Amino acid sequence: MNAKAEDHGEVTIAFRGVEYCVPTRVNAPILSQIDLEIAAGETVVLLGRSGSGKTTLLKLVNRLLRPTAGKILLKGKEVDALDPIRLRRGIGYVIQEGGLFPHYSVAENVGLVPGLEGWEAGRIAARVEEMMRLVGLEPGEFGRRKPRELSGGQRQRVGVARALAADPPILLMDEPFGALDPVTRAELQREFANLAKRLGKTIVFVTHDLREAMKLGSRIVLLAAGEIVADARLQDFLKTDHPEVRAFAASFEMENGARA
Amino acid sequence: MNLWEFFAIHRLEILEATLTHLFLVVVSMMIAILLGVPLGMFLVKRKVTRSAALGIASVLQTIPSLALFGFLIPLPFLGGIGTRTAVIALVLYALLPILRNTVVGLTNLDPAVLEAAEAMGMTESQILLKVRFPLGLSVILAGIRTATVITIGVATIAAAIGAGGLGTFIFRGVAMVSDAVILAGAIPAALLALAADAALGLVERKLRVD
Repeated sequence: MNAKAEDHGEVTIAFRGVEYCVPTRVNAPILSQIDLEIAAGETVVLLGRSGSGKTTLLKLVNRLLRPTAGKILLKGKEVDALDPIRLRRGIGYVIQEGGLFPHYSVAENVGLVPGLEGWEAGRIAARVEEMMRLVGLEPGEFGRRKPRELSGGQRQRVGVARALAADPPILLMDEPFGALDPVTRAELQREFANLAKRLGKTIVFVTHDLREAMKLGSRIVLLAAGEIVADARLQDFLKTDHPEVRAFAASFEMENGARA
Repeated sequence: MNLWEFFAIHRLEILEATLTHLFLVVVSMMIAILLGVPLGMFLVKRKVTRSAALGIASVLQTIPSLALFGFLIPLPFLGGIGTRTAVIALVLYALLPILRNTVVGLTNLDPAVLEAAEAMGMTESQILLKVRFPLGLSVILAGIRTATVITIGVATIAAAIGAGGLGTFIFRGVAMVSDAVILAGAIPAALLALAADAALGLVERKLRVD
């Protein structure tokens, strides 16, 4: 049932016996016994209910959180031993609502990481235009706007452009389309699935929506109560024999039934 | 003597007292801002020290202003009679609103924005100067505005320890039981407070980011 990362390439992200708990609740770990390998270029969806620990797992990769036991390796190097600033500038990060800087224009938001990296102004401007076109925003029309002058879908596009601007090999996405209306969400999911195929980045995508997982992932990792309960390629996932998989599958079929 | 006659006769004296008053307020506010804002920035990441500092500032604020001036007079180096003591008392009063608003402005921000800033590899000082400070600036300014209005009012009491200002007329008027003399100090002080409030309110609105 386990889809091994080695199947199609070099391991980029590896979790080895990872546990995470908050100091005040040592007896109730948020994550336990996490062993997971993600290959370069793979799009892995971390699926789970609210509180299953999927966001926590994501934040361990760019060291927004640190594991209480076990280790996380990035291209064979332990994350805990790396400089967090350098580490994070090499990992794109997209969150719900975008987390855009409200006092920066769209162009300034997109150019943020290249700016931090000390790129020269001309190169940043060119990169910003390229990224904005990539996510379907006309630079001339949107570049100078502030985030508050955008729709939710446009803000999310800017969030993706910003995460990609410094060309990081890894992209972490935490329910990026969760706050959007269903029509916009479907539109962005479709576009992003195409984009992900073209970019060839290693993508870890957190969602609680099986439908979204099926659209975007090549592999689905299901979390329940802080543990990995299923890890399968897209086509095999629904065949996995686990009550949590069946619970997700049931909700999925119900939705499909309602639509038919 | 009615109010207008008093104003007309003593206009130069009133103008001079107003300027002294303004001087006290401006000097005190500059010192309070230079102390309070950096201190607030320093406290952003230090929760324990932060509550201690805010506690001390709150206690200072609860001391009745007349008593605070009185307490300062016998202190060596800081105290005595005159401008220096008055400025110290006014700084202590202005500190709380500035410090509290700086801390609130720099910490009470959209968590998603702070998370994004950290996740993109900004250093602590970059987050403070490029994210927290610009986004918290209007709240900090609101604190400065409150502090300025308070300081203009409290500065009238500075006259009690010989620092001059518009309080001179108020104290004299109370002693003479003359409304006209009291108002000669109170009206310009109120106008100063209103003007400062309006002007700083305007700047605050300009700086607001939503």
